[in-house]
Amino acid sequence: MNRLRPCAISALAVLLAGCGGGGAAPEQYGANPQLPAQQRGLLPSMTIAKPAAWGDRLPTVPQGYAVKAIATDLRIPRQTLVLPNGDILVAEGRGGNAPDLKPKDVIAGYIKAKGTSPVKGGNRLTLLRDADGDGIYELKTIFADGLNAPYGLALVGDTLYVADQDALVKFHYTTGQTRASGAPVKVTDLPSAINHHWTKALAASADGRYLYVGIGSNSNITERGMTAEVDRAQIWQVDPQTGMHRAYATGVRNPTALAIQPGTGALWAVVNERDELGPDLVPDYLTSIREGGFYGWPWSYWGQHVDPRAKPQDPEKVASAIVPDYSLGSHVAALGVAFSSPAMGAKFADGVFVGEHGSWNRSHPVGYKVVFVPFRDGHPAGNPIDFVAGFRGDDGLTRGRPVGVTVDPRGALIVADDLSNTIWRVTPNSASAGAMPTAPATAAGAAPAGTPGGMQR
Amino acid sequence: MAVVVERMRFALLPVNAVLVAGATSLFAGALLSDIAYFRSYEIQWNNFSSWLLAGGLLVAAFAFLWSIVELFRTRWRVWPAVAYSVLLLATWILGFVDALVHAKDAWATMPDGLVLSAIVLVLACVSLAVAWAGLRTGDVP
Repeated sequence: MNRLRPCAISALAVLLAGCGGGGAAPEQYGANPQLPAQQRGLLPSMTIAKPAAWGDRLPTVPQGYAVKAIATDLRIPRQTLVLPNGDILVAEGRGGNAPDLKPKDVIAGYIKAKGTSPVKGGNRLTLLRDADGDGIYELKTIFADGLNAPYGLALVGDTLYVADQDALVKFHYTTGQTRASGAPVKVTDLPSAINHHWTKALAASADGRYLYVGIGSNSNITERGMTAEVDRAQIWQVDPQTGMHRAYATGVRNPTALAIQPGTGALWAVVNERDELGPDLVPDYLTSIREGGFYGWPWSYWGQHVDPRAKPQDPEKVASAIVPDYSLGSHVAALGVAFSSPAMGAKFADGVFVGEHGSWNRSHPVGYKVVFVPFRDGHPAGNPIDFVAGFRGDDGLTRGRPVGVTVDPRGALIVADDLSNTIWRVTPNSASAGAMPTAPATAAGAAPAGTPGGMQR
Repeated sequence: MAVVVERMRFALLPVNAVLVAGATSLFAGALLSDIAYFRSYEIQWNNFSSWLLAGGLLVAAFAFLWSIVELFRTRWRVWPAVAYSVLLLATWILGFVDALVHAKDAWATMPDGLVLSAIVLVLACVSLAVAWAGLRTGDVP
Protein backbone atom coordinates (compact mmCIF):
# COMPACT_ATOMS: atom_id res chain seq x y z
CA MET A 1 0.00 0.00 0.00
CA ASN A 2 2.75 2.34 0.92
CA ARG A 3 4.47 1.57 -2.31
CA LEU A 4 1.37 2.50 -4.21
CA ARG A 5 0.84 5.80 -2.56
CA PRO A 6 3.40 7.90 -4.44
CA CYS A 7 1.94 6.58 -7.67
CA ALA A 8 -1.54 7.52 -6.65
CA ILE A 9 -0.42 10.95 -5.59
CA SER A 10 1.44 11.66 -8.79
CA ALA A 11 -1.48 10.34 -10.80
CA LEU A 12 -3.71 12.78 -8.98
CA ALA A 13 -1.24 15.56 -9.54
CA VAL A 14 -1.16 14.81 -13.24
CA LEU A 15 -4.94 14.76 -13.38
CA LEU A 16 -5.20 18.08 -11.64
CA ALA A 17 -2.25 19.93 -13.03
CA GLY A 18 -1.99 18.40 -16.43
CA CYS A 19 1.58 17.46 -15.74
CA GLY A 20 2.56 21.06 -15.67
CA GLY A 21 5.34 20.06 -13.43
CA GLY A 22 8.39 19.36 -15.07
CA GLY A 23 11.80 20.65 -14.54
CA ALA A 24 13.76 21.63 -17.54
CA ALA A 25 11.97 22.42 -20.73
CA PRO A 26 12.76 20.34 -23.78
CA GLU A 27 15.04 21.86 -26.37
CA GLN A 28 12.58 24.19 -27.96
CA TYR A 29 14.72 26.72 -29.77
CA GLY A 30 15.13 27.30 -33.44
CA ALA A 31 13.41 26.24 -36.60
CA ASN A 32 12.39 22.72 -35.57
CA PRO A 33 11.26 22.73 -31.94
CA GLN A 34 10.04 19.55 -30.31
CA LEU A 35 6.29 19.80 -29.94
CA PRO A 36 4.93 17.37 -27.34
CA ALA A 37 1.36 16.08 -27.27
CA GLN A 38 -1.32 18.50 -26.14
CA GLN A 39 -2.30 18.20 -22.50
CA ARG A 40 -4.41 20.09 -20.04
CA GLY A 41 -5.39 18.80 -16.62
CA LEU A 42 -8.33 20.02 -14.63
CA LEU A 43 -6.33 22.84 -13.16
CA PRO A 44 -3.92 24.83 -15.32
CA SER A 45 -0.30 24.84 -14.18
CA MET A 46 0.57 28.26 -12.94
CA THR A 47 3.48 29.92 -11.24
CA ILE A 48 2.85 33.59 -10.73
CA ALA A 49 5.79 35.94 -10.21
CA LYS A 50 6.32 37.04 -6.60
CA PRO A 51 7.37 40.65 -6.92
CA ALA A 52 10.22 42.01 -4.80
CA ALA A 53 12.29 45.18 -4.79
CA TRP A 54 15.71 45.26 -6.46
CA GLY A 55 17.44 46.66 -3.40
CA ASP A 56 21.17 46.54 -4.08
CA ARG A 57 20.80 43.95 -6.79
CA LEU A 58 21.10 44.51 -10.50
CA PRO A 59 20.21 42.43 -13.51
CA THR A 60 23.11 40.30 -14.72
CA VAL A 61 24.83 40.99 -18.04
CA PRO A 62 27.66 39.24 -19.91
CA GLN A 63 31.24 39.90 -18.96
CA GLY A 64 32.45 43.10 -20.54
CA TYR A 65 29.07 44.77 -20.23
CA ALA A 66 27.57 47.05 -17.62
CA VAL A 67 23.96 47.64 -16.66
CA LYS A 68 22.47 50.71 -15.05
CA ALA A 69 18.98 51.96 -14.22
CA ILE A 70 18.58 55.24 -16.10
CA ALA A 71 15.02 55.94 -14.98
CA THR A 72 12.92 54.65 -12.12
CA ASP A 73 9.46 55.29 -10.70
CA LEU A 74 7.84 55.24 -14.10
CA ARG A 75 4.23 54.22 -14.59
CA ILE A 76 4.28 50.89 -16.40
CA PRO A 77 6.96 51.46 -19.07
CA ARG A 78 6.41 49.20 -22.07
CA GLN A 79 8.22 50.33 -25.17
CA THR A 80 11.02 52.75 -25.86
CA LEU A 81 12.31 54.70 -28.86
CA VAL A 82 15.75 56.24 -29.23
CA LEU A 83 15.47 59.59 -30.99
CA PRO A 84 18.13 60.92 -33.39
CA ASN A 85 19.72 63.12 -30.71
CA GLY A 86 19.94 60.23 -28.26
CA ASP A 87 16.90 61.15 -26.19
CA ILE A 88 14.76 58.19 -25.20
CA LEU A 89 10.98 58.15 -25.32
CA VAL A 90 9.19 55.72 -23.02
CA ALA A 91 5.57 54.65 -23.60
CA GLU A 92 3.82 54.02 -20.31
CA GLY A 93 0.40 52.54 -19.80
CA ARG A 94 -1.80 49.61 -19.12
CA GLY A 95 -4.69 48.77 -21.41
CA GLY A 96 -7.39 46.24 -22.04
CA ASN A 97 -11.00 46.26 -20.97
CA ALA A 98 -11.95 42.66 -21.50
CA PRO A 99 -14.90 41.75 -19.30
CA ASP A 100 -14.85 38.58 -17.24
CA LEU A 101 -16.92 36.02 -19.06
CA LYS A 102 -16.67 32.97 -16.86
CA PRO A 103 -16.06 32.35 -13.16
CA LYS A 104 -12.57 31.31 -14.27
CA ASP A 105 -11.83 34.82 -15.60
CA VAL A 106 -12.65 36.36 -12.23
CA ILE A 107 -10.28 34.00 -10.43
CA ALA A 108 -7.49 34.05 -13.01
CA GLY A 109 -7.57 37.85 -13.23
CA TYR A 110 -7.08 38.12 -9.50
CA ILE A 111 -4.23 35.62 -9.47
CA LYS A 112 -2.37 37.05 -12.46
CA ALA A 113 -2.58 40.59 -11.13
CA LYS A 114 -0.39 39.50 -8.22
CA GLY A 115 2.53 39.07 -10.61
CA THR A 116 2.39 42.58 -12.00
CA SER A 117 3.01 46.10 -10.74
CA PRO A 118 0.19 47.70 -8.72
CA VAL A 119 1.07 51.11 -10.15
CA LYS A 120 -1.54 52.80 -12.33
CA GLY A 121 -0.59 53.05 -15.99
CA GLY A 122 0.79 56.46 -16.99
CA ASN A 123 -0.95 56.82 -20.39
CA ARG A 124 1.91 59.08 -21.36
CA LEU A 125 5.27 59.36 -23.05
CA THR A 126 8.24 60.22 -20.86
CA LEU A 127 11.41 61.67 -22.37
CA LEU A 128 14.83 60.83 -20.93
CA ARG A 129 17.89 62.90 -21.84
CA ASP A 130 21.59 62.45 -21.23
CA ALA A 131 22.82 65.85 -22.42
CA ASP A 132 26.51 65.42 -21.61
CA GLY A 133 26.85 61.82 -22.70
CA ASP A 134 28.03 60.49 -19.34
CA GLY A 135 25.45 57.70 -19.30
CA ILE A 136 23.34 59.42 -16.67
CA TYR A 137 19.96 60.54 -17.94
CA GLU A 138 19.58 63.63 -15.85
CA LEU A 139 16.41 64.88 -17.53
CA LYS A 140 13.17 62.97 -17.07
CA THR A 141 10.16 64.87 -18.30
CA ILE A 142 6.69 64.17 -19.64
CA PHE A 143 6.72 64.53 -23.41
CA ALA A 144 3.00 63.89 -23.88
CA ASP A 145 0.18 62.70 -21.68
CA GLY A 146 -3.52 61.95 -21.94
CA LEU A 147 -2.80 59.05 -24.26
CA ASN A 148 -4.67 55.75 -24.11
CA ALA A 149 -2.29 52.94 -23.18
CA PRO A 150 0.44 53.92 -25.68
CA TYR A 151 2.64 51.05 -26.75
CA GLY A 152 4.30 51.03 -30.18
CA LEU A 153 6.49 53.99 -31.15
CA ALA A 154 8.08 54.98 -34.46
CA LEU A 155 9.72 58.09 -35.85
CA VAL A 156 9.52 58.84 -39.56
CA GLY A 157 11.30 62.05 -40.51
CA ASP A 158 9.71 64.72 -38.35
CA THR A 159 6.63 62.73 -37.44
CA LEU A 160 6.37 60.67 -34.28
CA TYR A 161 3.80 57.86 -34.46
CA VAL A 162 2.31 56.36 -31.32
CA ALA A 163 0.11 53.27 -31.26
CA ASP A 164 -2.44 53.71 -28.50
CA GLN A 165 -4.58 50.73 -27.61
CA ASP A 166 -7.42 52.12 -29.71
CA ALA A 167 -5.85 54.36 -32.36
CA LEU A 168 -2.72 55.23 -34.24
CA VAL A 169 -1.85 58.86 -33.52
CA LYS A 170 0.96 61.22 -34.53
CA PHE A 171 2.86 64.21 -33.23
CA HIS A 172 5.09 66.61 -35.06
CA TYR A 173 8.60 66.19 -33.70
CA THR A 174 11.59 68.47 -33.94
CA THR A 175 14.95 67.21 -32.71
CA GLY A 176 15.65 68.47 -29.24
CA GLN A 177 12.02 68.93 -28.33
CA THR A 178 11.16 67.88 -24.76
CA ARG A 179 7.43 68.46 -24.86
CA ALA A 180 4.98 67.70 -27.64
CA SER A 181 3.91 70.91 -29.33
CA GLY A 182 0.26 69.95 -29.48
CA ALA A 183 -2.37 67.32 -28.98
CA PRO A 184 -1.97 64.05 -30.88
CA VAL A 185 -3.61 63.83 -34.29
CA LYS A 186 -5.38 60.60 -35.14
CA VAL A 187 -4.12 58.70 -38.17
CA THR A 188 -6.59 55.84 -37.93
CA ASP A 189 -8.63 53.91 -35.41
CA LEU A 190 -7.32 50.51 -34.38
CA PRO A 191 -9.47 47.54 -33.35
CA SER A 192 -10.15 48.04 -29.65
CA ALA A 193 -13.41 46.32 -28.71
CA ILE A 194 -12.74 44.11 -25.68
CA ASN A 195 -8.94 44.33 -26.26
CA HIS A 196 -8.06 41.07 -24.53
CA HIS A 197 -4.60 41.47 -26.06
CA TRP A 198 -4.49 45.23 -26.11
CA THR A 199 -0.89 46.08 -27.02
CA LYS A 200 -0.47 47.66 -30.46
CA ALA A 201 3.03 47.08 -31.76
CA LEU A 202 4.39 49.52 -34.31
CA ALA A 203 7.19 49.73 -36.85
CA ALA A 204 7.80 51.89 -39.90
CA SER A 205 9.05 50.50 -43.19
CA ALA A 206 12.66 51.36 -44.05
CA ASP A 207 11.56 54.03 -46.52
CA GLY A 208 8.96 55.40 -44.12
CA ARG A 209 6.19 54.86 -46.65
CA TYR A 210 4.18 52.45 -44.52
CA LEU A 211 3.56 51.70 -40.90
CA TYR A 212 3.00 48.19 -39.57
CA VAL A 213 0.73 47.67 -36.59
CA GLY A 214 0.56 44.43 -34.61
CA ILE A 215 -2.94 43.64 -33.33
CA GLY A 216 -3.35 40.74 -30.95
CA SER A 217 -6.24 38.28 -30.79
CA ASN A 218 -9.21 38.97 -28.54
CA SER A 219 -8.91 35.66 -26.67
CA ASN A 220 -6.59 32.81 -25.89
CA ILE A 221 -8.27 30.47 -28.33
CA THR A 222 -11.62 31.91 -29.53
CA GLU A 223 -13.29 31.60 -26.13
CA ARG A 224 -14.83 35.03 -26.66
CA GLY A 225 -16.39 33.89 -29.92
CA MET A 226 -15.25 34.36 -33.49
CA THR A 227 -17.18 37.60 -33.93
CA ALA A 228 -14.80 39.17 -31.41
CA GLU A 229 -11.89 38.24 -33.70
CA VAL A 230 -12.74 40.42 -36.67
CA ASP A 231 -9.55 42.35 -37.57
CA ARG A 232 -7.67 40.65 -34.74
CA ALA A 233 -4.54 38.50 -34.73
CA GLN A 234 -3.29 40.52 -37.68
CA ILE A 235 -0.49 42.80 -38.70
CA TRP A 236 -1.83 45.81 -40.53
CA GLN A 237 0.00 47.81 -43.13
CA VAL A 238 -1.13 51.42 -42.70
CA ASP A 239 -0.60 54.26 -45.13
CA PRO A 240 0.09 57.17 -42.78
CA GLN A 241 -0.86 59.72 -45.44
CA THR A 242 -4.44 58.50 -45.73
CA GLY A 243 -5.00 56.26 -42.71
CA MET A 244 -6.00 53.43 -45.04
CA HIS A 245 -4.95 49.97 -44.05
CA ARG A 246 -4.87 46.39 -45.21
CA ALA A 247 -4.13 43.13 -43.44
CA TYR A 248 -0.47 42.44 -44.19
CA ALA A 249 -0.42 39.13 -42.30
CA THR A 250 -3.13 37.16 -40.48
CA GLY A 251 -3.38 34.32 -37.96
CA VAL A 252 -0.67 35.95 -35.87
CA ARG A 253 -2.04 35.37 -32.36
CA ASN A 254 -0.33 38.19 -30.51
CA PRO A 255 2.36 40.08 -32.41
CA THR A 256 3.76 41.98 -29.45
CA ALA A 257 6.72 43.64 -31.14
CA LEU A 258 7.77 44.45 -34.69
CA ALA A 259 11.12 45.44 -36.17
CA ILE A 260 12.54 46.17 -39.60
CA GLN A 261 15.67 44.22 -40.47
CA PRO A 262 18.53 46.54 -41.43
CA GLY A 263 19.73 45.92 -44.96
CA THR A 264 16.88 43.75 -46.19
CA GLY A 265 14.06 45.98 -44.94
CA ALA A 266 12.10 42.83 -44.04
CA LEU A 267 9.45 43.00 -41.34
CA TRP A 268 10.08 40.75 -38.33
CA ALA A 269 7.87 40.07 -35.35
CA VAL A 270 7.86 38.29 -32.05
CA VAL A 271 4.56 36.54 -31.44
CA ASN A 272 3.03 35.11 -28.28
CA GLU A 273 1.29 31.82 -28.90
CA ARG A 274 -1.66 30.13 -27.20
CA ASP A 275 -1.92 28.79 -23.65
CA GLU A 276 -3.50 25.80 -21.95
CA LEU A 277 -2.08 23.07 -24.15
CA GLY A 278 0.61 22.14 -21.65
CA PRO A 279 3.86 23.61 -20.30
CA ASP A 280 5.74 23.01 -23.56
CA LEU A 281 3.12 24.20 -26.01
CA VAL A 282 2.90 26.39 -27.93
CA PRO A 283 6.31 28.00 -28.57
CA ASP A 284 6.37 31.78 -28.81
CA TYR A 285 8.25 32.70 -31.93
CA LEU A 286 10.41 35.13 -33.82
CA THR A 287 9.69 35.27 -37.52
CA SER A 288 10.03 37.29 -40.66
CA ILE A 289 6.54 38.23 -41.82
CA ARG A 290 5.51 37.29 -45.32
CA GLU A 291 3.15 39.64 -47.07
CA GLY A 292 -0.30 38.04 -47.15
CA GLY A 293 0.90 35.20 -44.95
CA PHE A 294 -1.37 33.26 -42.60
CA TYR A 295 0.28 32.00 -39.42
CA GLY A 296 -2.29 29.55 -38.05
CA TRP A 297 -4.27 31.16 -35.24
CA PRO A 298 -6.75 29.96 -34.18
CA TRP A 299 -7.03 26.77 -36.19
CA SER A 300 -3.48 25.53 -35.97
CA TYR A 301 -0.04 26.27 -34.55
CA TRP A 302 3.51 25.89 -35.82
CA GLY A 303 2.22 25.19 -39.28
CA GLN A 304 -0.23 22.35 -39.50
CA HIS A 305 -0.63 21.28 -35.85
CA VAL A 306 -4.40 21.46 -35.45
CA ASP A 307 -5.85 23.06 -32.33
CA PRO A 308 -9.07 21.13 -31.61
CA ARG A 309 -10.39 23.94 -29.42
CA ALA A 310 -11.21 26.18 -32.38
CA LYS A 311 -14.59 25.17 -33.76
CA PRO A 312 -15.73 24.91 -36.45
CA GLN A 313 -12.40 23.84 -37.83
CA ASP A 314 -11.03 25.06 -41.13
CA PRO A 315 -8.80 22.51 -42.90
CA GLU A 316 -8.09 24.88 -45.78
CA LYS A 317 -6.71 27.53 -43.47
CA VAL A 318 -4.70 24.92 -41.60
CA ALA A 319 -3.16 23.74 -44.88
CA SER A 320 -2.13 27.29 -45.72
CA ALA A 321 -0.53 28.10 -42.37
CA ILE A 322 3.10 29.21 -42.50
CA VAL A 323 5.64 27.64 -40.14
CA PRO A 324 7.39 30.43 -38.21
CA ASP A 325 11.15 30.90 -38.54
CA TYR A 326 12.38 30.48 -34.99
CA SER A 327 10.99 29.13 -31.72
CA LEU A 328 11.85 31.09 -28.58
CA GLY A 329 10.33 28.47 -26.25
CA SER A 330 6.82 28.06 -24.87
CA HIS A 331 5.32 30.69 -22.58
CA VAL A 332 8.43 32.94 -22.46
CA ALA A 333 6.14 35.85 -23.40
CA ALA A 334 8.36 37.69 -25.85
CA LEU A 335 7.33 41.34 -25.78
CA GLY A 336 10.21 43.19 -27.31
CA VAL A 337 12.46 42.77 -30.33
CA ALA A 338 15.28 44.88 -31.73
CA PHE A 339 17.98 44.27 -34.31
CA SER A 340 21.48 44.71 -32.97
CA SER A 341 24.33 46.67 -34.47
CA PRO A 342 28.15 46.39 -34.41
CA ALA A 343 28.11 49.06 -31.70
CA MET A 344 26.91 46.36 -29.28
CA GLY A 345 30.22 44.51 -29.46
CA ALA A 346 31.48 41.78 -31.77
CA LYS A 347 29.73 38.86 -30.13
CA PHE A 348 26.35 40.57 -30.18
CA ALA A 349 26.70 42.50 -33.43
CA ASP A 350 24.57 40.35 -35.74
CA GLY A 351 21.23 39.23 -34.38
CA VAL A 352 18.21 40.39 -32.43
CA PHE A 353 17.55 41.10 -28.81
CA VAL A 354 14.27 39.75 -27.47
CA GLY A 355 12.65 40.89 -24.22
CA GLU A 356 10.88 38.03 -22.46
CA HIS A 357 8.31 39.09 -19.88
CA GLY A 358 8.22 35.61 -18.36
CA SER A 359 5.73 32.79 -17.99
CA TRP A 360 2.69 32.34 -15.77
CA ASN A 361 1.05 29.36 -17.45
CA ARG A 362 3.75 26.92 -16.46
CA SER A 363 4.90 25.50 -13.12
CA HIS A 364 8.60 25.86 -13.96
CA PRO A 365 9.02 29.54 -14.87
CA VAL A 366 10.77 30.49 -18.12
CA GLY A 367 11.60 33.82 -19.72
CA TYR A 368 12.12 36.74 -17.32
CA LYS A 369 15.18 37.84 -19.30
CA VAL A 370 16.45 39.46 -22.45
CA VAL A 371 18.03 37.03 -24.88
CA PHE A 372 20.15 37.53 -27.97
CA VAL A 373 19.32 35.41 -31.00
CA PRO A 374 22.38 35.31 -33.24
CA PHE A 375 21.88 35.73 -36.98
CA ARG A 376 23.99 34.64 -39.93
CA ASP A 377 23.30 35.74 -43.51
CA GLY A 378 20.13 37.44 -42.37
CA HIS A 379 18.61 34.42 -40.62
CA PRO A 380 18.62 33.15 -37.05
CA ALA A 381 21.53 30.78 -36.44
CA GLY A 382 22.03 29.16 -33.08
CA ASN A 383 20.40 29.08 -29.67
CA PRO A 384 19.42 32.20 -27.78
CA ILE A 385 22.08 33.61 -25.46
CA ASP A 386 21.12 35.25 -22.18
CA PHE A 387 21.96 38.93 -22.46
CA VAL A 388 20.19 40.46 -19.48
CA ALA A 389 19.08 38.04 -16.77
CA GLY A 390 18.56 37.95 -13.01
CA PHE A 391 15.06 39.41 -13.18
CA ARG A 392 13.82 36.30 -11.46
CA GLY A 393 16.22 35.32 -8.69
CA ASP A 394 17.20 31.88 -7.44
CA ASP A 395 15.25 32.83 -4.32
CA GLY A 396 12.04 32.57 -6.36
CA LEU A 397 11.39 36.30 -6.18
CA THR A 398 10.86 38.39 -9.28
CA ARG A 399 12.39 41.86 -9.32
CA GLY A 400 11.64 42.87 -12.86
CA ARG A 401 9.93 41.82 -16.05
CA PRO A 402 11.46 42.91 -19.35
CA VAL A 403 9.20 44.27 -22.03
CA GLY A 404 10.46 46.45 -24.89
CA VAL A 405 14.08 46.40 -26.02
CA THR A 406 15.69 49.07 -28.20
CA VAL A 407 19.21 49.33 -29.55
CA ASP A 408 20.75 52.76 -29.14
CA PRO A 409 23.00 53.18 -32.19
CA ARG A 410 25.66 54.64 -29.91
CA GLY A 411 26.10 51.23 -28.40
CA ALA A 412 23.54 50.46 -25.71
CA LEU A 413 20.52 48.28 -25.21
CA ILE A 414 17.55 49.99 -23.60
CA VAL A 415 15.26 47.61 -21.67
CA ALA A 416 11.87 48.63 -20.27
CA ASP A 417 10.89 46.79 -17.09
CA ASP A 418 7.17 47.03 -16.28
CA LEU A 419 7.35 45.34 -12.87
CA SER A 420 9.93 47.57 -11.17
CA ASN A 421 8.94 50.50 -13.44
CA THR A 422 12.54 51.00 -14.48
CA ILE A 423 14.45 51.64 -17.70
CA TRP A 424 17.70 49.67 -17.83
CA ARG A 425 20.63 50.53 -20.08
CA VAL A 426 23.21 47.91 -20.95
CA THR A 427 26.48 49.05 -22.48
CA PRO A 428 29.66 47.36 -23.64
CA ASN A 429 32.54 48.46 -21.43
CA SER A 430 34.90 48.99 -24.32
CA ALA A 431 32.62 51.53 -25.89
CA SER A 432 31.57 53.42 -22.82
CA ALA A 433 28.69 55.79 -22.96
CA GLY A 434 29.45 58.95 -24.80
CA ALA A 435 32.65 57.66 -26.33
CA MET A 436 30.95 56.92 -29.59
CA PRO A 437 30.24 59.46 -32.28
CA THR A 438 26.92 61.11 -31.70
CA ALA A 439 25.56 61.16 -35.21
CA PRO A 440 23.80 57.88 -35.65
CA ALA A 441 22.70 57.74 -39.24
CA THR A 442 19.52 55.92 -38.45
CA ALA A 443 17.33 55.58 -41.44
CA ALA A 444 14.22 57.51 -40.73
CA GLY A 445 11.62 55.29 -39.18
CA ALA A 446 13.87 52.30 -38.95
CA ALA A 447 13.97 52.66 -35.24
CA PRO A 448 12.75 49.43 -33.82
CA ALA A 449 9.37 49.88 -32.32
CA GLY A 450 8.90 47.19 -29.81
CA THR A 451 5.90 46.41 -27.94
CA PRO A 452 5.97 45.00 -24.55
CA GLY A 453 2.90 43.27 -23.84
CA GLY A 454 2.26 41.18 -21.13
CA MET A 455 -0.53 39.28 -20.20
CA GLN A 456 -3.05 41.82 -21.35
CA ARG A 457 -3.88 43.26 -18.00
CA MET B 1 -48.36 9.34 16.29
CA ALA B 2 -44.99 9.72 17.90
CA VAL B 3 -43.49 7.70 15.09
CA VAL B 4 -44.93 10.00 12.49
CA VAL B 5 -43.48 13.02 14.20
CA GLU B 6 -40.06 11.44 14.27
CA ARG B 7 -40.32 10.64 10.61
CA MET B 8 -41.33 14.17 9.82
CA ARG B 9 -38.06 15.31 11.34
CA PHE B 10 -36.21 13.98 8.31
CA ALA B 11 -39.08 15.30 6.31
CA LEU B 12 -38.34 18.74 7.61
CA LEU B 13 -37.33 18.71 4.11
CA PRO B 14 -39.25 21.71 2.84
CA VAL B 15 -36.16 23.92 3.12
CA ASN B 16 -33.92 21.18 1.94
CA ALA B 17 -36.18 20.23 -0.91
CA VAL B 18 -36.27 23.80 -2.11
CA LEU B 19 -32.48 23.92 -2.09
CA VAL B 20 -32.12 20.65 -3.95
CA ALA B 21 -34.81 21.59 -6.42
CA GLY B 22 -33.02 24.90 -7.03
CA ALA B 23 -29.69 23.20 -7.60
CA THR B 24 -31.30 20.64 -9.87
CA SER B 25 -32.85 23.26 -12.11
CA LEU B 26 -29.55 25.12 -12.33
CA PHE B 27 -27.76 21.89 -13.27
CA ALA B 28 -30.49 21.20 -15.81
CA GLY B 29 -29.88 24.65 -17.29
CA ALA B 30 -26.17 23.87 -17.49
CA LEU B 31 -26.84 20.66 -19.38
CA LEU B 32 -29.20 22.40 -21.81
CA SER B 33 -26.60 25.11 -22.42
CA ASP B 34 -23.95 22.47 -23.00
CA ILE B 35 -26.19 20.78 -25.54
CA ALA B 36 -26.80 24.10 -27.26
CA TYR B 37 -23.05 24.80 -27.44
CA PHE B 38 -22.35 21.28 -28.65
CA ARG B 39 -24.79 21.75 -31.50
CA SER B 40 -24.07 25.35 -32.43
CA TYR B 41 -20.46 26.21 -31.44
CA GLU B 42 -22.02 29.43 -30.15
CA ILE B 43 -19.67 30.42 -27.33
CA GLN B 44 -22.24 32.24 -25.22
CA TRP B 45 -23.88 28.92 -24.32
CA ASN B 46 -20.54 27.82 -22.93
CA ASN B 47 -20.45 30.91 -20.70
CA PHE B 48 -24.02 30.26 -19.57
CA SER B 49 -23.19 26.69 -18.52
CA SER B 50 -20.21 27.87 -16.50
CA TRP B 51 -22.29 30.29 -14.46
CA LEU B 52 -25.25 27.90 -14.13
CA LEU B 53 -22.87 25.28 -12.80
CA ALA B 54 -21.33 27.75 -10.37
CA GLY B 55 -24.81 28.69 -9.15
CA GLY B 56 -25.83 25.03 -8.87
CA LEU B 57 -22.73 24.28 -6.83
CA LEU B 58 -23.41 27.17 -4.47
CA VAL B 59 -27.00 26.08 -3.80
CA ALA B 60 -26.05 22.39 -3.65
CA ALA B 61 -23.40 23.21 -1.04
CA PHE B 62 -26.09 24.65 1.23
CA ALA B 63 -28.31 21.66 0.56
CA PHE B 64 -25.50 19.35 1.59
CA LEU B 65 -24.74 21.32 4.76
CA TRP B 66 -28.43 21.28 5.64
CA SER B 67 -28.55 17.53 5.06
CA ILE B 68 -25.71 17.11 7.58
CA VAL B 69 -27.71 19.07 10.12
CA GLU B 70 -30.66 16.85 9.35
CA LEU B 71 -28.51 13.81 9.86
CA PHE B 72 -27.94 14.72 13.47
CA ARG B 73 -31.56 15.62 14.06
CA THR B 74 -32.94 12.37 12.67
CA ARG B 75 -33.29 9.69 15.32
CA TRP B 76 -35.48 7.53 13.17
CA ARG B 77 -34.40 5.67 10.03
CA VAL B 78 -31.01 7.23 9.72
CA TRP B 79 -29.88 5.40 6.59
CA PRO B 80 -32.07 7.22 4.12
CA ALA B 81 -30.78 10.46 5.51
CA VAL B 82 -27.20 9.23 5.13
CA ALA B 83 -27.87 8.11 1.57
CA TYR B 84 -29.32 11.50 0.86
CA SER B 85 -26.22 13.29 2.19
CA VAL B 86 -23.92 11.00 0.25
CA LEU B 87 -25.88 11.59 -2.94
CA LEU B 88 -25.63 15.33 -2.47
CA LEU B 89 -21.91 15.09 -1.79
CA ALA B 90 -21.37 13.02 -4.93
CA THR B 91 -23.41 15.53 -6.93
CA TRP B 92 -21.31 18.37 -5.60
CA ILE B 93 -17.94 16.73 -6.22
CA LEU B 94 -18.80 15.75 -9.79
CA GLY B 95 -20.32 19.17 -10.30
CA PHE B 96 -17.07 20.75 -9.15
CA VAL B 97 -15.06 18.62 -11.57
CA ASP B 98 -17.52 19.67 -14.25
CA ALA B 99 -16.93 23.32 -13.32
CA LEU B 100 -13.17 22.82 -13.71
CA VAL B 101 -13.75 21.26 -17.12
CA HIS B 102 -15.89 24.25 -18.03
CA ALA B 103 -13.02 26.55 -17.05
CA LYS B 104 -11.15 25.32 -20.11
CA ASP B 105 -11.26 27.45 -23.23
CA ALA B 106 -13.76 27.03 -26.04
CA TRP B 107 -14.15 23.49 -27.39
CA ALA B 108 -11.72 22.08 -24.82
CA THR B 109 -14.82 21.78 -22.60
CA MET B 110 -16.33 19.27 -25.01
CA PRO B 111 -17.45 16.51 -24.86
CA ASP B 112 -16.34 15.93 -21.23
CA GLY B 113 -18.32 18.88 -19.93
CA LEU B 114 -21.50 17.70 -21.61
CA VAL B 115 -21.19 14.15 -20.24
CA LEU B 116 -20.38 15.37 -16.73
CA SER B 117 -23.27 17.83 -16.76
CA ALA B 118 -25.62 14.95 -17.66
CA ILE B 119 -24.29 12.76 -14.83
CA VAL B 120 -24.51 15.64 -12.36
CA LEU B 121 -28.10 16.29 -13.37
CA VAL B 122 -29.04 12.62 -12.92
CA LEU B 123 -27.46 12.58 -9.46
CA ALA B 124 -29.24 15.79 -8.52
CA CYS B 125 -32.54 14.33 -9.71
CA VAL B 126 -32.04 11.20 -7.61
CA SER B 127 -31.24 13.42 -4.60
CA LEU B 128 -34.36 15.36 -5.34
CA ALA B 129 -36.43 12.18 -5.58
CA VAL B 130 -35.14 11.09 -2.19
CA ALA B 131 -35.91 14.49 -0.74
CA TRP B 132 -39.44 14.54 -2.14
CA ALA B 133 -40.08 10.98 -1.05
CA GLY B 134 -39.17 12.02 2.46
CA LEU B 135 -41.35 15.09 2.25
CA ARG B 136 -44.38 13.30 0.88
CA THR B 137 -44.60 10.36 3.23
CA GLY B 138 -41.95 10.79 5.83
CA ASP B 139 -41.12 7.26 4.80
CA VAL B 140 -37.85 7.56 3.04
CA PRO B 141 -36.80 4.80 0.64
